[in-house]
Amino acid sequence: MIGSSPENRPFTATRNACKLCTPLGAALVFKGIRGAVPLLHGSQGCATYIRRYLISHYREPIDIACSNFSEQTAIFGGGANLKIALDNIRRQYDPELIGVATTCLSETIGDDVPMFIREYRESCEGQDSPPVVHVATPSYQGTHMQGFHAALRALVGQLAEGGSPPGRHLNLFPGMVSPADLRHLGEICADFGLPAVLLPDYADTLDGPLWTEYQRIPEGGTPMAAVRSSGSARASLELGAVLAREKETAATFLQRTFQVPCHRLGLPVGIDATDRMFAALAEISGRPTPQKHLRERGRLIDSYADGHKYVMDARAVVFGEEDLVAGLAGFLAEIGVVPVVCASGGRSGHLAACIAERFPDHSQKGIQVLSDADFVAIEAAAREAQPDFLIGNSKGYSMARRLGKPLIRVGFPVHDRLGGARLLHLGYRGSQQLFDRIANTLMAAGQSASPVGYTYI
Amino acid sequence: MASIPILKEREKQIHRKGAQPFSLTCGQHSLAGVVSQRACVFCGSRVVLYPIADALHLIHGPVGCAAYTWDIRGALSSGPELHRLSFTTDLREKDVIFGGEKKLQRALTELIDAYQPRAAFVYSTCIVGIIGDDVAAVCRQVAREKGIPVLPVHSEGFKGTKKDGYKAACEALFQLVGQGQVDRIDPCSINILGEFNIGGEAWIIKSYYEKMGVAVVATMTGDGRVDAIRRSHGAALNVVQCSGAMTTLAEMMQERYGIPYIRASYFGLEDTSKALYDVAAHFAGNPEIMTRTQSLVREEISAITPELQQIKAAVSGKRAAIYVGGAFKAFSLIKALRYLGMDVVLVGSQTGNDADYQTLREMCDDGTIILDDANPLELSKYIIEKGADLFIGGVKERPIAYKMGIGFCDHNHERKIPLAGYEGMLHFAREVYRSVTSPVWRFAPTRAAAAKEVSP
Ligand code: SF4
Ligand code: SF4
Repeated sequence: MIGSSPENRPFTATRNACKLCTPLGAALVFKGIRGAVPLLHGSQGCATYIRRYLISHYREPIDIACSNFSEQTAIFGGGANLKIALDNIRRQYDPELIGVATTCLSETIGDDVPMFIREYRESCEGQDSPPVVHVATPSYQGTHMQGFHAALRALVGQLAEGGSPPGRHLNLFPGMVSPADLRHLGEICADFGLPAVLLPDYADTLDGPLWTEYQRIPEGGTPMAAVRSSGSARASLELGAVLAREKETAATFLQRTFQVPCHRLGLPVGIDATDRMFAALAEISGRPTPQKHLRERGRLIDSYADGHKYVMDARAVVFGEEDLVAGLAGFLAEIGVVPVVCASGGRSGHLAACIAERFPDHSQKGIQVLSDADFVAIEAAAREAQPDFLIGNSKGYSMARRLGKPLIRVGFPVHDRLGGARLLHLGYRGSQQLFDRIANTLMAAGQSASPVGYTYI
Repeated sequence: MASIPILKEREKQIHRKGAQPFSLTCGQHSLAGVVSQRACVFCGSRVVLYPIADALHLIHGPVGCAAYTWDIRGALSSGPELHRLSFTTDLREKDVIFGGEKKLQRALTELIDAYQPRAAFVYSTCIVGIIGDDVAAVCRQVAREKGIPVLPVHSEGFKGTKKDGYKAACEALFQLVGQGQVDRIDPCSINILGEFNIGGEAWIIKSYYEKMGVAVVATMTGDGRVDAIRRSHGAALNVVQCSGAMTTLAEMMQERYGIPYIRASYFGLEDTSKALYDVAAHFAGNPEIMTRTQSLVREEISAITPELQQIKAAVSGKRAAIYVGGAFKAFSLIKALRYLGMDVVLVGSQTGNDADYQTLREMCDDGTIILDDANPLELSKYIIEKGADLFIGGVKERPIAYKMGIGFCDHNHERKIPLAGYEGMLHFAREVYRSVTSPVWRFAPTRAAAAKEVSP
């Protein structure tokens, strides 16, 4: 039941993709570095579409520059355009960092971007020019999640510096979570008295107040000094069960190169997974879990008790980014919901194993895991599985509508509701919000299906 | 806002109407490293062909181009909804190395079998232009096998601007035109071109023409059907909306089939009425049409005038900024905003040409800023400098307006509300009113600061 390789997919075309392209993830990471401007090396359309897509979720201005290929550039190479682009970004944005991500086009024509950057930096000799980080992000090799993690790997790979004695701080690689999640993770670390560097940190840059004047680069983000000092951290904590199976990530690079100990955990959704994160933080900080969080944990368990009947044995279709799907599946297991379909457009090859770990009895339970899946495939599986609800991003809306089942919106993108950036998924608090939404959704469904329409549930 | 620098290279694309003589550079490739609001050739083609609802739209390339355009438009269909799905060959590394033709052919064949479309459009994206797939040959072969038109759309993103994409789309459409039966087409008949049925706009416009006694053969491409397009050469007149998108097709149809075309805009009372009168005048041999048009215009306008007057009283004197795709749309917007008593302080477009900007300059008041191919920095700089209360643009402009504490109206393909015709003008006015007069703006720091300056 578990696993499905691209080869045995019935359809050659992808129909309604459940994934986005690689440079989107990279651009998002660069939006989380203080003073950084993302630059896509390729044609204008990719940058504009990616901006548009991010804007519809975050509802913030998102400036992503582009080296803007023309026909000639595509034939003769993008070196000249890249250098002009770097110049113009410096003149207009005065950035502390420029993050260059390639697109399919520049990758295919074989542009030697590191060499262009080297040449550019040499030509800037003596001027005060910002560092330029480069990440290769052809979409035919992965999804936006690969782009996200590749950008982090490139950032620390090109900027991190070792140091002895190691500093007190923690590198926290949260994955592609919401600004609200980032803020909550920051708060948790602070409560442990642990100086934490979130990589990336778009909590403010993509979810901020109104401005008095246009901020060329929105305030917030991981400071460059903190990116540099990631090589001398006390430890790294990397969240994401799928990510934890990847051979080389930003965190493992830091471990290999600078001996920064690396803790790799799944996303902290639900009691068990959050407990594991708090245990890791307790170990790293040498302090016990603060009372405040223990009380939140207590309230979460209390609500589990209050609500268990309503959710027990409910059937869910879960879809989205692999790490989120794995995290949600673990959480659902904990409350007695069966994630009958766990699906992602991602194709790391690790999702099935992650789900199997959480559900050793997956075949009895009839749990299907779909990797490299599109929404037509997910919908077919969902129709078969007869779920009670769906949980995933907005792209599942039309499927939910056809199935006549409620959709609980989580992850990215949430572009048919307000507040995608403010959705909290992580920690005891995020789990609490998810639990309440799931239980209430099921109660509402029961209520409207009831001939009586109970007013007390 | 002095801190926002304007690049020297961009200065020629910015004009402040005043004493100085007019010269504005336009039609250029966007500057590298600038955050242009423009998209690509593919985007232009996709916009035009998108609403053809019984055709298959297959995007040949890696996943992004298709994923980002999945069901983002507000184009409605009265029947099939194939256009709302996103199909892509989702190229992988080995396709890029060994070529994607086989995959394309398999994908096309399977999709045609599964969805039984009336035609298929295959969009080439950047990478396909580089790996050199012979898309046209694959299309020809599948067309032969499946017995439906399979039309390549040469929309490689880097091969120009959005405008070139319009042209590629028109060329693909032109392959369909002329293939259907034209007997039994009314002599007083038109095609509506460049209308995309956003929120049902084509239906509104079509209903006007029907009331006037003018038959509509095809709406291109809003609520589009392949068979209607195939017989569209039987119409007596092409009525082309918007300057950019479908003029090429009208020209091609004029040349091959001798069908004249006129330009029209259905935005605002003035332009809608003019469009309808122009069409009526074309059928002068049938004076009844003009009579019916006059009473239609009278009735429609008197039905909405009372509410428009109320709104006018509330928004009059407010300042508006416009940044849209095609400049032609801006002309109509200026008139409509004036009708509501508002002043236009900034106007710009992604793809205007010399003549467009000349017209804009003539229409604008002194001091108005005119921009070609602008970016967020310039837009934000000038909306603040000019004290705009309202920004009209697309999804990418929305957060710029809101961050600066300014009302916003979407006038792009992604909106879901019809703004065309008389009814559309009412929707537009209501939307302007709701955003411009909302009490939330007093909390915006820009406004709070301005208010403090005024009150002692
Ligand atoms: S520029 Fe090319 S690759 Fe990018 S969206 Fe346009 S067609 Fe697709
Ligand atoms: S060409 Fe590649 S990078 Fe550009 S939009 Fe398409 S998939 Fe994304």
